[in-house]
Amino acid sequence: MLLIGYGNPGRGDDGLGPAFAERIERAGPPGVAVLSDYQLTVEHAFDVAGADCVVFADALIGGDGAFRFTGAQSDTAADIGSHSLSPEAVLTLAATLYGARPAAHVMAISGVEFGEVKEGLSPRAQRNLDRACDFFFAWLAGYGNV
Amino acid sequence: MTEPRLIEISPLTRVEGHGKVTIHLDAEGQVDEARLHIVEFRGFERFIRGRLLWEVPVIVQRLCGICPVSHHLAAAKAMDMICGVDQLPPTAEKMRRLMHYGQVMQSHVLHFFHLAAPDLLFGFGAPAEKRNIFEVLKDQPELGRRAIMMRKFGQDIIEATAGKKIHGTGAIPGGINKNLSIETRDALLAQLTDMETWAQDALALARNYTLDNAEMVRGFAAFPSHYLSLVRGGDGALDLYDGNLRALSADGDMIFDQLDTRRYHEALVEDVRSWSYMKFPFFKALGPEEGWYRVGPLARMNTASFIDTPQADAARTELMETNHGLPQHAVLANHWARMIEVLHCIEKIRDLLHDPDLQGTDLRGTGERRQEGIGVLEAPRGNLIHHYQVDENDQVTYCNLIVSTTHNNEGLNRAVRDVAEKHISGQSQITEGMLNHVEVAIRAYDPCLSCATHALGQMPLQVELFDAAGALLDRKAN
Repeated sequence: MLLIGYGNPGRGDDGLGPAFAERIERAGPPGVAVLSDYQLTVEHAFDVAGADCVVFADALIGGDGAFRFTGAQSDTAADIGSHSLSPEAVLTLAATLYGARPAAHVMAISGVEFGEVKEGLSPRAQRNLDRACDFFFAWLAGYGNV
Repeated sequence: MTEPRLIEISPLTRVEGHGKVTIHLDAEGQVDEARLHIVEFRGFERFIRGRLLWEVPVIVQRLCGICPVSHHLAAAKAMDMICGVDQLPPTAEKMRRLMHYGQVMQSHVLHFFHLAAPDLLFGFGAPAEKRNIFEVLKDQPELGRRAIMMRKFGQDIIEATAGKKIHGTGAIPGGINKNLSIETRDALLAQLTDMETWAQDALALARNYTLDNAEMVRGFAAFPSHYLSLVRGGDGALDLYDGNLRALSADGDMIFDQLDTRRYHEALVEDVRSWSYMKFPFFKALGPEEGWYRVGPLARMNTASFIDTPQADAARTELMETNHGLPQHAVLANHWARMIEVLHCIEKIRDLLHDPDLQGTDLRGTGERRQEGIGVLEAPRGNLIHHYQVDENDQVTYCNLIVSTTHNNEGLNRAVRDVAEKHISGQSQITEGMLNHVEVAIRAYDPCLSCATHALGQMPLQVELFDAAGALLDRKAN
């Protein structure tokens, strides 16, 4: 399994994705490789192509709950820009270039402070991160990795 | 058509950050005014105040997720000056150069193969559903795979020199914090033959596109301008990492040459306009009307006397011959220039990887402390200036950044107007293909609006058409 956490830790709660990745990596569940980056880029298609399952972790703007954990699929309508590559676009690249179709999920963690140039998560984002991590470890146990 | 109209393209697709284009048509449907607006505010220069100088090269990477290395190195160069280190130990300078060449090549590859390729291969007016990278890859998957492997090669170099892709710490004030292990060097060397071959192929693709479409390229958003870049001290060779400033007129005459980068503010002035957060720099000697200029890969081809790697130099010579050795003004020739620089970077990387200085142990210089530092380099999109002042407690008290897209601001606006006049003026129906022509002109500059204003943005395209009274007549999106 591959986990990719992405976002800009210098933009407040936009750093939720890397923070999630860091938390999971520190726990070190077996069979889970962890990547952290500012954003999804085209070369992540190569990494995704080598995994049987991939989880994209990102910050969510305006979410109702603490997080959403949903399935993801390739989508040829997804556009490519270097700041805005979506999980769907990465999955489509992996399928188009490498014939790879891993199971895919998106862990979208709700944040509230994105506007300022600042480091660190808001208190609410921090709580949401905790809940997302708790859920993820439970989900991993069911998946057979813990 | 009897009423003035306003067309907006907001936000732009396949460019970095958040911008908006407005095109005002008069009652006859002719373009009255066309502008690229930057709609988000840059807060970074304020944010950095109070931070400690040794933190700065790390923090500035958060300016932009796509070229963090350029900001990392420009800030580190400024901090070298503050630390009184005017000459880095060879190992430090070469490690930084290796990092920079890796960054430039991977950025150029992304732009050419994944952002520009759909326009180049299918045409600017092709239907939006066809003008898509996935359509390119269906036809030419090998092209896509090569682009990804070239990107990964660049990222591997960054990781080997900066420590990691995110929050890299390789460059420190006065030097570098590690050398290159033999193991890592050999792993990179093992990929070089493929990289060189693929870079040559990409260069041929860009060259052939430019020459096969010479008439269109000459006429598309092409207009004369002055140019600015670093060139190597003394001989004026292309130098992406260090050197002095050279400004060239549209006719190829020197405006200034070998200007010490520490004196940039004596030659450049940043103008402010009410409708954009992005400033408009110009050459002080020529004034705001005549003194605007462009930077970037094509600017560098124009300003450099030559390139000090043989394959790239031969390619540059051919590019310059297309305008009889005078400055090349066709904005779409930037693609060709970009691929010349990819090959140049590969050649430089090869030379560096064979240089034993990369395994040296003298990593950091020392000198007499100063309170001001200016770091300048050539980022993928063009010249990048970082300027700081610090107090006696090592805290930043002043920061000024001039990023490539800011240098190109006037050129971008003129490109928008030029294309709008040619493709939208007098048309009764505005199609998505016409509007894409405008975006193609903007994309050719590879603008990073995030850097220019510091903000991250989403880029779905929305176009709105208003009549003179402000009523919405039409809306298009892709």
